[in-house]
Parts: sequence; structure tokens; C-alpha cells
Amino acid sequence: MKALSIKNLTKTYANGNQALKGIDLSVEAGDFYALLGPNGAGKTTAIGIISSLVNKSGGEVEIFGHNIDTELEAAKACIGIVPQEVNLNLWETVGNTVANQAGYYGIGGKLGKERVEKYLRALRLWDRRGDIARSLSGGMKRRLMIARALVHEPKLLILDEPTAGVDIEIRRSMWDFLTDINEAGTTIILTTHYLEEAESLCRHIAIIDEGTIIEDARMSTVLRKLQREVFVLSLAEQLREAPTLDGFKTRLREDCELEVEKGPESSLNDLFRQLNGLGITVVSLRNKANRLEEMFMHLVENKGADA
Amino acid sequence: MNLRLNLVAVKTIIRKEMVRVLRIWVQTIVPPAITMTLYFIIFGNLIGRRIGVMDGYDYMQYIAPGLIMMSVITNSYGNVVSSFFGAKFGRHVEEMLVAPMSNATIIIGHVAGGVLRGLLVGLLVTIIALFFTRLQVAHPFITISIVLLSSIVFSLAGFINAVFAKKFDDISIIPTFVLTPLTYLGGVFYSISMLPEFWQNVSKANPILYMVNAFRYGILGTSDIGITHAYVILLAFIVVLFTGCMILMRRGVGIRE
Repeated sequence: MKALSIKNLTKTYANGNQALKGIDLSVEAGDFYALLGPNGAGKTTAIGIISSLVNKSGGEVEIFGHNIDTELEAAKACIGIVPQEVNLNLWETVGNTVANQAGYYGIGGKLGKERVEKYLRALRLWDRRGDIARSLSGGMKRRLMIARALVHEPKLLILDEPTAGVDIEIRRSMWDFLTDINEAGTTIILTTHYLEEAESLCRHIAIIDEGTIIEDARMSTVLRKLQREVFVLSLAEQLREAPTLDGFKTRLREDCELEVEKGPESSLNDLFRQLNGLGITVVSLRNKANRLEEMFMHLVENKGADA
Repeated sequence: MNLRLNLVAVKTIIRKEMVRVLRIWVQTIVPPAITMTLYFIIFGNLIGRRIGVMDGYDYMQYIAPGLIMMSVITNSYGNVVSSFFGAKFGRHVEEMLVAPMSNATIIIGHVAGGVLRGLLVGLLVTIIALFFTRLQVAHPFITISIVLLSSIVFSLAGFINAVFAKKFDDISIIPTFVLTPLTYLGGVFYSISMLPEFWQNVSKANPILYMVNAFRYGILGTSDIGITHAYVILLAFIVVLFTGCMILMRRGVGIRE
């Protein structure tokens, strides 16, 4: 079953800006899907159309088989949306914010109250239910928007940069929470600028740039395309000059560090064999940049050419 | 359309609107009460004594229905325009737009909120009026139906204003430059029979004249216009304005890009 099917979706704004130039996307039910792209690439426009906040210029969108042109209300009932910008009524209490959203989806009475408590507790906001949204911290507002989006228990949850501006502890707790609800069966589409977040959470990735999809594949497939990786090695002793290693480019850094660029034909076993041969002791090793980040930059710079 | 879902949703919007009205009662309830008290003291009591009798009633009795109707109209309009524009401005209107309720539900919920605030303030002004004069309701059904229909008309008009408004100035232009003059010239303080024939005919183009006079007829039993005309005009306005609201919502004017 397709959670989301987009065919030839276009959007041209009144000012002539062509935000989407005929994109196709297909998200399987139960997937954890990353939609990445630079600022202004068209991610938020695509999400706006899916959630019916933006009118499309052309193309088709189906959510769990419901076409948004002919079965909009059924399509809307399947979606929960966490927008990029805070769109809470800042004068409304935390409890009422979630209760009202339940009501807009036809969930009232006892069930509505139970859902409000369930999701406010899950997002660790139950103790703040009587406070107005304005009094919450940035991270709490983000969590409130997630609780609001989940109160009708949607089959498809769309999060547009949910962890922007959130500290690392809350971000990681959000990751755990999203992983749990994905494992419970909710399909998740995530846009984020934290590529580490996309790499660790998502199983499928689409990259959009200038209104066009330039990559759409499983995360593992995308990462396998990565032709070069740069590692930073911490050494036991500072070297005088960078060693010459067959099949690797090396550059000496300060503080006992050596930068090693690895191509697709060589392996880390080769690297360590050669370092052992030279008597160089490696204390630790890390990627210079996130692998997905390197891939992303390569694809955006080369507009989809093979990496 | 899922009827049960829409009923729960409309109830939710009404509750949200009433919570808002009561949360900011200093802005929503107190000002009309103070303004109308001043009207009763100055126009009714101090100046009214010199004016004497109008259409067979004390001036205070004569203006009371008009002042009640004026407060209902301005508060119904003001509630919907400020609430819906505020939701647009703060972007929390998106909470409703992403939900599977119908456009009619969003409109009816906000209109009901406007009507409830209008009636709440109208009731308060009526209680204040009773401190200054005696009011006996001559035709209860006409009184209630006219105030209800008038409140619906101006709530719908407020909704349309909010849809088109892009900045806070835009929600005060219509009340300041259209609503207030039409209300003052709509026979709140005088009978149009006092005017020359030409201005009487001009006044008859003012829809608020029909609302004020029909309401006054309901309370006092006197009116400058035919009551049937008032009902026809009110119902016609409701049909036209509701249709306009539905078209604007379907097209997403002012709320969808």
C-alpha cells in the first residue's frame, strides 16, 4: 500500500516562481522517509500541497489511495502535520491546543480527553497542560506541535524540520519517540537540515533541488554511491610529514591528527595494514563529515550526476 | 461529508471562540458595556429629557432597542473578524485547514461564536438599559429572530472581512468607515420620519435601518419600515454572504497560497 503517491506535481506561485517542476514521489506505508533539499528547493511547498495548505498548479496527489482532488476530507484524515514554523495559538493553553485539534478531527468527549492525556504525557507536556503555549520553551513548542499532529493518530505523519533549534538532548528524545511510533506502524516523512538525523532515522531518501527530484532511493543505496570518504585519524604521536599510502590521499593535521581520503576501490583493512607497516598507531577514527552530508552536497552541486 | 465529525468540529470551534471571548473579557465584554452606559446617560438621560417624546415613547425608551442592536451588530462583526484574522496572522488557522472538517463547518463555527458574543453583549446592554428605562417586549418572536438574524449577517460579513484582510489595519477599515456610519444613520437615535422625503428614501437603502427598526418593533411595537421587508433583506443577506464565504474558502482566498 502506498502511503503517498505524487505524480507530476507542479506549483507556480503568483509571482511566477516555479517551486515544483513536475515531481514524482512514492512512499510505502510504514516507511521512514527523508525529503531533503537546500533552502528554497520546494520541500515545504510539496508538504503544503500534500496537507492542502497550498493549492497545486498541476499533477496528482494520493494519500493512502485518497486523491486530494476528489476525496480531500478522507485524505486529510490520514495526515498529521508538524510544520516548519511554529503555528500555535500562543494564547491557548497546551491542553486546549491538543483538545481543539482532536475536536477538528471529530474526536470529542471521553476519547478526546484520553488522547490529549496520552500524547501530552508521551511528549512530556502533561504537567504544562494548563499553561499557555507562549510560556513554553522552543523545544516544548515543537513537542506540542508533534502532540497536536498525533492526537487523531494519523497513518502518515509529516514533519517539516521538527528539530530545528532544539537542543541535542531533546532532539535525541524526539528521535526515539519518532522511531517508536514508526515501529508501531505510522509512516513518517521527515524534512531536516540535520543530515545525521536523516541518516540515522530514515530508510528511504529523496533529494529535491530547484523543484526537481534529483535522487529517490533507499538510504543504503544512496550511501553506497558515495565515491569518496574522508576520515580523520587520531594518532598516538605527531608525525613530521604525511605518510605515503598506496590507494589513499593523506594530509597531516595538527594535534596528532591525520586526514585520509579513501576511494571506492580501497578498504579500511588496506589502510590499517599499511599504517601498521609504518609503525603508526591509530588511537581513534572518525568521519570528517557526515556521509549523507557529503553525498547530499555532491548531488546538489552536480544536479543528480552519478557520484 | 461525515456529519458526526463536523458536529464535533463545530462544537469545538464554538467552545474555542467562547474561551477566547471570556479570556479577553476586558476587551470583549467591558468596553461595549461602558460605551452603552455612557450613551444611556448622555443621549438618553441628559439630552433625552430635552428631546421629549419620539413616536410616542420617551427618548430613552426609543433609543434603547437601537443601542442594543448596535452593540449586537458591532460585537458579532468584531468577534469574527478579529478571531479569524488573528488565526490567519498567527498561522494557527492551519490547525483547522488541515483537518477533515468541511469549509461550512469552519464558517458556521465562527459565525456561531460571533452570534454568541453579540447576544452576550446584547443581553448585558439590555440589563444596563433596564437601569435607565422600562422595556416591555411587544413581540418576543420578532425580537429574538431579528436579533439572531442580524447577528448572523454581521458575523458572516466579519468573516469575509477577515478572509480579505492582510494586516491589522484592514480589519478596522470596514467597522470604522462603513459599519459605524451606517449604524448611526440607521435610525438608532431618530425616526427617519423626521427627515425630508429625499433623505428618507436614501435611508431606506441602509440595511441596518431595517434591522434596528424591526428590533424596535419587536420591543416597542413601533417601526419606520415594514417588518416583512426586514426579514426578506436579512435572509437575502445571509444567503448571499454565506455563499460568498463558501466560495472564498473553496478558492482559498487569503488562506491558501
